[in-house]
Amino acid sequence: MPDFITRYLDKQVTVTPGQYGSPFWALVYILLVFGGVSLAVVCMNWLERKILAHMQIRLGPMRVGPHGLLQPIADALKLILKEDIIPEGADRFVFWIAPLIILLAVFSVYCVIPFGPTHAITDMNIGILFMLGVSSLGVLGIVMAGWASNSHYPLIGALRSSAQMVSYEVAMGLAVVSAVLMTSLNEQGTGTLSMIGIVRAQYAQHVWFVFKFFPLGLIAFFIFAVAMVAETNRAPFDLPEAESELTAGFHTEYSGLRWSLFMLGEYAAMIAVSSIAITLWLGGWMRPFPNLLSGANWDLAFSLFPALTFFGLAGMTFYSTRRMPKHSYFRIQTMGLGAFGAVFALIGLILLFGPVRERIQDIYWFILKIAVFMYLYIWYRGTFPRYRFDQLMKVGWKILLPMGIGVLMLTGVMGLKTEIWQLVQHLVHG
Amino acid sequence: MEPVATTFFFYMLSGLAILSGVLVITRKNPVHSALALILTLLCLAGLYLMLYAPFVAGVQIILYVGGIMVLFLFVIMLVNLERSQREKTFNQQWIAGVAAAVVLGALFMSIYVKGKALFAQPVVPFPEAENTQRVGQMLYSNYMFPFEIASLLLLVAIIGAVVMAKKRI
Repeated sequence: MPDFITRYLDKQVTVTPGQYGSPFWALVYILLVFGGVSLAVVCMNWLERKILAHMQIRLGPMRVGPHGLLQPIADALKLILKEDIIPEGADRFVFWIAPLIILLAVFSVYCVIPFGPTHAITDMNIGILFMLGVSSLGVLGIVMAGWASNSHYPLIGALRSSAQMVSYEVAMGLAVVSAVLMTSLNEQGTGTLSMIGIVRAQYAQHVWFVFKFFPLGLIAFFIFAVAMVAETNRAPFDLPEAESELTAGFHTEYSGLRWSLFMLGEYAAMIAVSSIAITLWLGGWMRPFPNLLSGANWDLAFSLFPALTFFGLAGMTFYSTRRMPKHSYFRIQTMGLGAFGAVFALIGLILLFGPVRERIQDIYWFILKIAVFMYLYIWYRGTFPRYRFDQLMKVGWKILLPMGIGVLMLTGVMGLKTEIWQLVQHLVHG
Repeated sequence: MEPVATTFFFYMLSGLAILSGVLVITRKNPVHSALALILTLLCLAGLYLMLYAPFVAGVQIILYVGGIMVLFLFVIMLVNLERSQREKTFNQQWIAGVAAAVVLGALFMSIYVKGKALFAQPVVPFPEAENTQRVGQMLYSNYMFPFEIASLLLLVAIIGAVVMAKKRI
């Protein structure tokens, strides 16, 4: 076996493929992340329709496959086969390139997301800065799409989108800075912007930053959590695509494959910003209580969670198989559902193996946290009414921004207090 | 990790920057010009990365591409584009233009000829792992005063903008 493979499979590896300098592993991780995110978007499509439907006491998709499980595939096929229309008078080049820019911006963000200490494409010294910068490029794609369509609704949608994103980026940046400030409370007194470094700092300080300097970390997290919904143009901040006012906003004129690229970009952006929030405030890839409940026994207990989750999913699927109607018309659907359950159980069995279990668990905790955020996104959409535009601006500039500045200043004061306290202790004892 | 194909990326990025810079002034449609300017700024960010200045590159993308250019586009989309399409792109100031180009060219040539003697010692870049930290320390220790003056200037600009934009304060 080639050297770079054996060396990476060794347990001692502590660097990401990018730092390690191996093009092979970097390529493997890029493909894994791209495929994984695309798969996650497909799952999100089904889950969103299903969960929204259940919130509104409907059934949601039920026809294609058992419980509509194959609906996303049918949708994707439909979108690929649909006619691709470029409207008369549109700026063809800009119209063509706009969805690609959105996709490029969103997927570039995944370069620095650490799914585990070694499971990241690369680790940059300016990680969080890079993420904020690149994710802010997405708005360019939206603006270009809206303008190039040569139509009123998309243009208004694009204008709304750019105003909204520029406003909420400020509050978002202030919240991020207060989290970065917390990383500097160590021996050397220097913080870090690297995504892996931020998670390591949380491990070293024995606390997730959301609970640090209670309630300051919590408020900063709240500001970010609101701003990130606005950044991704999701309900209740989905004014750029408000269907009651603007038909579909900036992508009204898009159809077929191009439209599906917008959807892919939107969902991938949701996952990306959620993982920023998770890395900064919710301990990234760390399992619950890595310091308090440490030791070999606890490690073993927590490493069983991924397998147990998949066994739980398999159990749910088998239970649903029992509840399927007994009519012969549903026989194939019941068998299909059973097959889904069997696949889940098989994945669970694979995850029980020692080497797999040890390598997979940080990814598992990260994805579990992302899943919580994704559910929250759907929940927001199911419950909150859409904001009016002046209310949106008021929330951004008059509530979130002053709150962000206040939290940043208080975090600095608290950090200074901690450092002075440490200095005093040092003088007294040593 | 050692950088790969540095020469190739340098020529690619600088070539793209020059090409899109020319496009900025030759396109008749202001939106196309703005998009070409965005490409120029992105290429510059790439060049900063190659000079071992990742922080400057990140800030370049956030501020210029993510902030200022989006506002540029915002304004351009609100103006009437059809009038600007009919107008001439260049306004026949050939003499001034040629003079400026000659002076700039002479400057570049002199730097190219004397550059090796002037900057004999290549500046050692900070190691990549602590580059940003060093920038922060420099800003808040050695260059505190210029930094504060710059922020004061920005504050004055903000107040000035508010005073000019609002009729009644």
